Amino acid sequence: MTDLGLWAVPVAILGGAIRVSTPFLFVSLGEVLTERAGRINLGLEGTLVFGAMAGYAVAYESGSAWAGVLAAALAGVIFGLLHGLICSLPKVNDIAIGIALMLLGTGLAFFFGTPYVQPVAPRLPAIDLGFWSGIPQVQAALTVNVLFLAGIALALGMAWMLRATRVGLILRVVGDSTDAARAMGLRPNAIRIGATAAGGAFAGVAGAYLSLFYPGAWSQGVSSGQGLMAVALVIFARWNPLNCVWAALLFGGAGALGPALQSVGLSEGYYLYYAAPYVLTLGVLIATSSPNRATAGAPGELSITK
Amino acid sequence: MTDQAMARAQRRSGVDGLAPLARRAEGVVLPLGALAAGLALFGLLLLALGKSPVEFYALVYKAGFGTAFSWANTLSRAAPLLFAALCVALPARLGLVVIGGEGAIVLGGTATGALGVWLGGVPPALALPLMAAAGAAVGALWIGAVGALRHYRGVNETIASLLMAYIGIALMNHLIEGPLRDPASLNKPSTAPLPDALRVGDIPGMDVHWGLVVALVCCVLTWVLIERTTWGFAARIAGDNVRAAQVQGLPVGRLILGFTALGGAFAGLAGFFEVAAVQGSANASLAAGYGYTGILIAFLARQNPLAVIPVALLLAGFEASSGLVQRRMDLPDATILVLKAVVFVVILVSDTLYGRFRLFAPERWRRS
Repeated sequence: MTDLGLWAVPVAILGGAIRVSTPFLFVSLGEVLTERAGRINLGLEGTLVFGAMAGYAVAYESGSAWAGVLAAALAGVIFGLLHGLICSLPKVNDIAIGIALMLLGTGLAFFFGTPYVQPVAPRLPAIDLGFWSGIPQVQAALTVNVLFLAGIALALGMAWMLRATRVGLILRVVGDSTDAARAMGLRPNAIRIGATAAGGAFAGVAGAYLSLFYPGAWSQGVSSGQGLMAVALVIFARWNPLNCVWAALLFGGAGALGPALQSVGLSEGYYLYYAAPYVLTLGVLIATSSPNRATAGAPGELSITK
Repeated sequence: MTDQAMARAQRRSGVDGLAPLARRAEGVVLPLGALAAGLALFGLLLLALGKSPVEFYALVYKAGFGTAFSWANTLSRAAPLLFAALCVALPARLGLVVIGGEGAIVLGGTATGALGVWLGGVPPALALPLMAAAGAAVGALWIGAVGALRHYRGVNETIASLLMAYIGIALMNHLIEGPLRDPASLNKPSTAPLPDALRVGDIPGMDVHWGLVVALVCCVLTWVLIERTTWGFAARIAGDNVRAAQVQGLPVGRLILGFTALGGAFAGLAGFFEVAAVQGSANASLAAGYGYTGILIAFLARQNPLAVIPVALLLAGFEASSGLVQRRMDLPDATILVLKAVVFVVILVSDTLYGRFRLFAPERWRRS
């Protein structure tokens, strides 16, 4: 094995960034969709954990990892529909519902997931993009999962959809002004429910990635708050799908910092490196928020920026 | 005034006498109804799984409230839940949804454990108040920072407080496994055990520590603060309409800082009692999820510090019954978590029913 010395750290962080960023990318794209329609779904963390469980269970029972991804997406749609429908009732607070659904998704995942902690489900395939390199660490870093590439394609597709299509225009109108949308003859609640359900599907897929690829097993600790951090990441990305890709890579890199330093034998203060993504998220939130609330790029109907 | 007119006036005041009662009833009947609906919904889930809801709730009652032993268990768990709920209810009066009390609990507990070891030889009458003050101060700083970020930088307090909770737990893990670790704690990294003199004892005649009494007093004092002082009045105005409060010249910034810091101080006290009365040292058991259950309690109590008391007792009973229910009925260990989440969702859905019933709106009684 080639000894890379300290170069092993940046290589491991790069590989980690690609591996760790995929769930961030999917959840944040889902949240962008939901928030562009004017609602905030804080419950995506619960959807992600339930998606991880459902995906793992179905992959194990059916023997196909892709069936697991599909099941996770369906579970995400159900949680999204639940959030969307409840928030369409008058006087219901979408932030509080998000907190409750975070607990519900996590609780149901643990409740039904107990029998699947032991069995081994098939893993999602990866594409070897590091074949040109003779260095094993570089090869390992560039072993990219199909879902990462799918996420980038999804980000490009969403950016185009929001900018250039009729559906994108409808979403943006509903997100910016309920009254304007009504005047155009649109039904804001129905559109928001749809956007939340689609966002939930993305979060479910993110969960399936966690349990079926990296770390690649179902347990109660499968998520370390990626679903929540991705919601903060959306503010950082200014509700723009393409920015979500860069933000997700940045957060993935921060998440890979601890394991990367450990791999070169630096284990002092492990828990502090473990906190790096949260500190980074908080720092980014502080840097990108503004006291007069008029955050640039924010949809007008969004409750957290009003 | 003729006799007839007087009788009519009396009759009317009889009806009007009921009016304030009816207005208040809405805030009691609807949450209770929603609670019952949530429990019923969870019962349906159990039925679908082939388990008996009747057996389930009978076991919950028995293990949470059935015997003197189970009451002691429930009451001991109620103390941190009361503090955690106050940490949600206080900022909620200003319209803030702070959900990161868990971070203040674990750091308050860590500060208590660290200071207690250092104060080994100091008389308890001096050392215990110092430890409590340290726990409360750390909690106040942690949640007060969330309030400051909200006010001065416009950072969303819900997301910020939950991130701070993750950071707080990581910080606690770092401290108890690194700088503050007692080398003798092998399997479960902890700070060094507190000397016996610096442990908080039980209420005489009960198997429950003093934290419960302090928590109950804090609930009452918080109610007085919110309902009977000008500070509380100003906070309620700011919670209803920030712009109006600012136009009136109310010190919104100081209110936000004060209320979030006070809530954090209560959460820090929960950590103090968990370490000084229950665990005997700061360790990972501090992150037991009290902060998250506190969110549900505060919402169920409609952010009223007095209503928090019965709700916290109920939830503490649920938690106390968790082990027995799982063993007897062969249910997964997340059962009580699902029950809590289902109740939480139904309670929030019931928000839409306020103002829908004529029964609770006396001004609409005589129409039609």
